[in-house]
Amino acid sequence: MSYATQKLAEEKVFKDPVHRYIHVRDQVIWDVIGAKEFQRLRRVKQLGTTYLVFHGAEHSRFSHSLGVYEIVRRIVDDSFNGRPEWDASERLLVLCAALLHDLGHGPFSHAFENVFNLDHEEFTRKILLGETEVNEILKRVSKDFPQKVADVIAKTYGNKQVVSLISSQIDADRMDYLQRDAYFTGVSYGHFDMERILRVMRPREDQIVIKSSGMHAVEDYIMSRYQMYWQVYFHPVSRSAEVILTKILHRAKALSKSGYDFAQQPTHFQGFFDGTFTLNEYLALDEGVLMTYFQLWVNEKDPILADLSYRFVNRKLFQYIEFDLAKDYMKMKELELLFKKAGIDPEYYLVFDSSSDLPYDFYRPGEEGERIPIHLLMPSGEIRELSRESEVVEAISGKRRTDHKLYFPEDFLTEDGKKKALKKQILDLLK
Amino acid sequence: MLEEHAKIIQFIGAADGITGRKKLQKMVYIAKKLDYPYKEKYEFHVYGPYSHELTLRVEELCNMGFLQEDRQDKGSYVQYKYQMTDAGEHFTQMAQVEEAAPALVECISQMKNKSSRFLELVSTLLFFDHLPKEEQIEKLHAVKGKLNFTEEEIADAYEFVMHLMNMRTIH
Repeated sequence: MSYATQKLAEEKVFKDPVHRYIHVRDQVIWDVIGAKEFQRLRRVKQLGTTYLVFHGAEHSRFSHSLGVYEIVRRIVDDSFNGRPEWDASERLLVLCAALLHDLGHGPFSHAFENVFNLDHEEFTRKILLGETEVNEILKRVSKDFPQKVADVIAKTYGNKQVVSLISSQIDADRMDYLQRDAYFTGVSYGHFDMERILRVMRPREDQIVIKSSGMHAVEDYIMSRYQMYWQVYFHPVSRSAEVILTKILHRAKALSKSGYDFAQQPTHFQGFFDGTFTLNEYLALDEGVLMTYFQLWVNEKDPILADLSYRFVNRKLFQYIEFDLAKDYMKMKELELLFKKAGIDPEYYLVFDSSSDLPYDFYRPGEEGERIPIHLLMPSGEIRELSRESEVVEAISGKRRTDHKLYFPEDFLTEDGKKKALKKQILDLLK
Repeated sequence: MLEEHAKIIQFIGAADGITGRKKLQKMVYIAKKLDYPYKEKYEFHVYGPYSHELTLRVEELCNMGFLQEDRQDKGSYVQYKYQMTDAGEHFTQMAQVEEAAPALVECISQMKNKSSRFLELVSTLLFFDHLPKEEQIEKLHAVKGKLNFTEEEIADAYEFVMHLMNMRTIH
């Protein structure tokens, strides 16, 4: 028996709050889960700073990755099993891609990537193809297997059905994170009938379609996604925490470049500050490491780094107002000047941030569509795009919702001390 | 403040308007691959490299009135044209972004003169530029089989990339 088809002597299961159990029979999958690069995902939270708003949201990318694997396993082993339009030889590949799709995420992914101009997808590729335990395991399947897994995750693999299972407008990734994030945040949104959706998914030509009888379950899924984005993912308070986190990293980077003598040397960050980091240095970072630095930096001499770190560690976040930059960008300039006069550096303490989401996008022939649409398989065999059949989905199709906020430390402006008149002027502008 | 937004306005201003979302996406991607300072993240999509961040920025800039979007009904599809507005020009001055380098302006102008099909080919090859040339072409056919790019088109694409790179060096 080859390594690719080797089964465990006994099925292993992981107890999971969302799917009840994660089932593993394949030796390859079991070995990948045990690889150190995959175990690292236990130390990266799925929702970054959201735990500062929804205290239950401490779950990791490890549990999400297992969840995506389990959903794909059920699709290929149950829903697609024996269907002539599904190529069963792709089974192990799609399972590995599902399990490893988030492998390259770093600590507090979004903020970290933003400051150091990194891309987690690039790291996923590097981990899959580099000198890593994961690569060693995948290579035992076949020499080109790591590359194939990387291609599926990068959406450049030839078989589009395989890609769609991991990445499309109704994929295993979203189906897991909506339910998992709803469970751990404790919100009542994010629930939908996944069992029904899995039962009505069908492989057709180069895509995955949904039998039209499952349309209402898909509507529910799309509405769940919409609500989760605005109630959880774009929550203004967790965005405030992310703004501060981003500014801590910016400040540390700027200080390092200026030759500042850190009381606590930022050893783990040095390669990122000067752009010389290695893959192993990237893999050595996790959220525990970052939090340790933030706690130590609370006592740094630099008042900005110390203050921002204190704010993040102790959840003393920035206040925010709605801010329409289109109308008010002159006001923004004025605020920047006033902040400088008041001795508050606007680079770190006056931050514009926007969030935007498109709940469902349809296909515009000949134009760059954002996402591949969801297609329904009608009883006649015809394929119809979802928003043409569903009035609920049509109502939100192509409609982007955007939210702009301006973040600032209100406590700096209200505390007793010097420049009271100036600070009052700033507060009046921020009303 | 919003420096990346300002750079996109400047890019579209330097092109004196860009017709087609696909074309805009590919032009920014190619400029980024030539080491011009754009930070938008790209991933592979239906028409090759695509940036969700760029889509968002452009929509925000339209909402802010710094870019103007015109829809042109082409019968079977809709085409979008983007132009910098006076308010957008004022904003780039206020944002104090560095003026676009002459090489970049020339690069933008030359890309604008190419078809979006050609730019899709160029950007797809550049997406696989970590692979040896034969594998890049193999990959191109695997992901863009339906477009039937000819050997001549592929050779032109490589030549165009070399030309843009040389231009960047000369300037």
